[in-house]
Amino acid sequence: MTTVIDVQGVSKNFKIHHERHQSLKERLLHPRSGTTEVFHALKGVNFSVSQGETVGIIGHNGSGKSTLLKCICGVLKPTTGEIRLRGSLAALLELGAGFQTELSGRDNVYLYGAMLGFSKKMVDGIFDEIVAFSEIEQFIDTQVKFYSSGMYVRLAFAVAVNVDPDILVVDEVLAVGDERFQAKCVERIRRFKEEGRTILLVTHNADQVRALCDRAVVLDTGDMIADGPTQESLRIFREHLLEDAVEHDSARLSETIHIDNVTSPTGSFEVRSGSALHLDVNIHSTSAYSGNFVMELFTRGGLLISRSDTQGSPVNLLPGHNVVGIDLAQLPLLDGLYDLNVGIVDHHGHTVIAWSEQAATIQVIYDGREGGIVELGASISQS
Amino acid sequence: MSDAPSQGQPHRSLDDAAVRVVSARATLPTRLKNLGARRELLLGLISSDIRIKYKNSALGIFWSMLSPAFTLAVYYMVFSFFLKNGIPNFVIYLFSGLVVWNLFQNSINAATGVIVDRAALVKKVSFPREILALSNVGAATVYFFVQLAILIIFVAVLRHAPAWHFMLILPISFLSLYLFTSALAVIMSAVNVYLRDTKHLMEVLLQLWFWLTPIVYSYENSIAPHLRRHGLSLVYFLNPVTLIVVTFQRVFYVSTVVHSTVKGGVVLNILPTWSFSKFLYLNLLLLGLSVVFFLAAEAIFGRLEGNFESEL
Repeated sequence: MTTVIDVQGVSKNFKIHHERHQSLKERLLHPRSGTTEVFHALKGVNFSVSQGETVGIIGHNGSGKSTLLKCICGVLKPTTGEIRLRGSLAALLELGAGFQTELSGRDNVYLYGAMLGFSKKMVDGIFDEIVAFSEIEQFIDTQVKFYSSGMYVRLAFAVAVNVDPDILVVDEVLAVGDERFQAKCVERIRRFKEEGRTILLVTHNADQVRALCDRAVVLDTGDMIADGPTQESLRIFREHLLEDAVEHDSARLSETIHIDNVTSPTGSFEVRSGSALHLDVNIHSTSAYSGNFVMELFTRGGLLISRSDTQGSPVNLLPGHNVVGIDLAQLPLLDGLYDLNVGIVDHHGHTVIAWSEQAATIQVIYDGREGGIVELGASISQS
Repeated sequence: MSDAPSQGQPHRSLDDAAVRVVSARATLPTRLKNLGARRELLLGLISSDIRIKYKNSALGIFWSMLSPAFTLAVYYMVFSFFLKNGIPNFVIYLFSGLVVWNLFQNSINAATGVIVDRAALVKKVSFPREILALSNVGAATVYFFVQLAILIIFVAVLRHAPAWHFMLILPISFLSLYLFTSALAVIMSAVNVYLRDTKHLMEVLLQLWFWLTPIVYSYENSIAPHLRRHGLSLVYFLNPVTLIVVTFQRVFYVSTVVHSTVKGGVVLNILPTWSFSKFLYLNLLLLGLSVVFFLAAEAIFGRLEGNFESEL
């Protein structure tokens, strides 16, 4: 496949002025005052994306993911390194930043299109589609300054997704408009994916990455710490977060508690749909700790089936070997592989003490005729 | 969707698509190529600039003619009735110079602050940033052509025959004006990001600059003899706007030597008595210098733009 985004050794430094002297007088009076600190937002990031891939960029706040995205979009220039791009790119970041509020929606569609690099002729061809998608037909000739914030963002989103880009860059903007419009946006992104376009999704929402991406890149304070299949990257992301948590963990609890593995008394992780499943989570602890137990169950496709509340169920760990049992009385799942994540968090649910991503994979065998994930066992009757 | 593939169909192959490179320092040819590729955006920004400026005003675009007309009227009255300079047909002399000056001044005044004013856009959307400054020059150029049309009507109505054979130099002169103005606008817009005083400083400097340019007075009739005596004629023409203004005056006002309307018909030297070839030569020289200046401005802008995000 053709490489459409090639990020080669990209670093980005920002100068942070502690004392700003921007007027001539101040600069003349204080030529050397104020310190300038260099902040390394990205440190030599390398990765490439082939055509048709959907890649997630994950990292927590301050990890540099937005900086990387802005570099890819060309809003920022990398300090060193370069990014090579093939094809047109539309970015769903900071929607509507290019709008001129004094102009009408119609004028802004053309202006915004031009900013994204699309010609007037191209925008002409899809104008009706843009307006229909944004659902603001009756206000299209109204000045944008009279738009509600929802209308504003919807129009911008409509332009960005309808201009037929080869690469779509999405930066946590899926929280646009009401729920129905959000669903429409996600639907649009899925269609992009099916059409074989390249999508770059930046988020700190692991569920979104799991649901949409084939691959994920993990950033941490400017370093790229993982680049691989979504499951694998998410595991590294979670575990890395755990390492970071150590710094906030004054009692150094995470060093003392470790989830060894998950075992099944029968030795098998195969289970028939509708029957009971018992799993033992083996935890090693060097000190006594009382916290909460959390579990998540995912489909192979990355869909979250169930997550116990972050508050979890209380467990009291004793020094030495501990076994926490999980009982699933009647597993209502259909045929397939399901991944289990387990972890221990503190009582407030703020700090993760121990975490094991993909601690076990459960294979469910189902003989019935229902399709999907869950056996509802619906009975149909006619009166 | 007219040219997008329908659902499920594979998207077009990008094997042959051009590669764009985002890196710290784009070379000058790359910068110019990127700039050229975004003509549509430049035109879009120019038209939105013009529309926004006169939006919600009752007279709309007419203001672009009315306000220079008032300036013209004020200078005309001052120098024809109160401080009589004795230049016959002074309104045409004045108008030919003002047309040029308005383009220059409006461009620089608008462009100097444009990157700071539109920081939100600069920090969020990717496009060659100097297009913002160039769009201000573009809008001023549109007003320039409107005013030029009025000047031509003026000349026709007053049955004042222009110097037809000098017309050939006019496009060269205009091109120099456009490039020089663009270059200065691009540089100032970037400098203003680092030193916010630039905007205010330029406003003051432009006033001084106006009086250093022979628009409301005649160069030949004022300081030229003094400079010539010391062999410093060149100094005055270090101001590139002067040559352009003088060329426009030569074309539309025509006469180089006139009889004063006051002081009982004293002979006045109004414009340089250069031949056509000297005008052509000087204008071509200025055009060459303006091209170099514009390229330099692009290079300087490229240097300065790298740190915009830390300053905006």
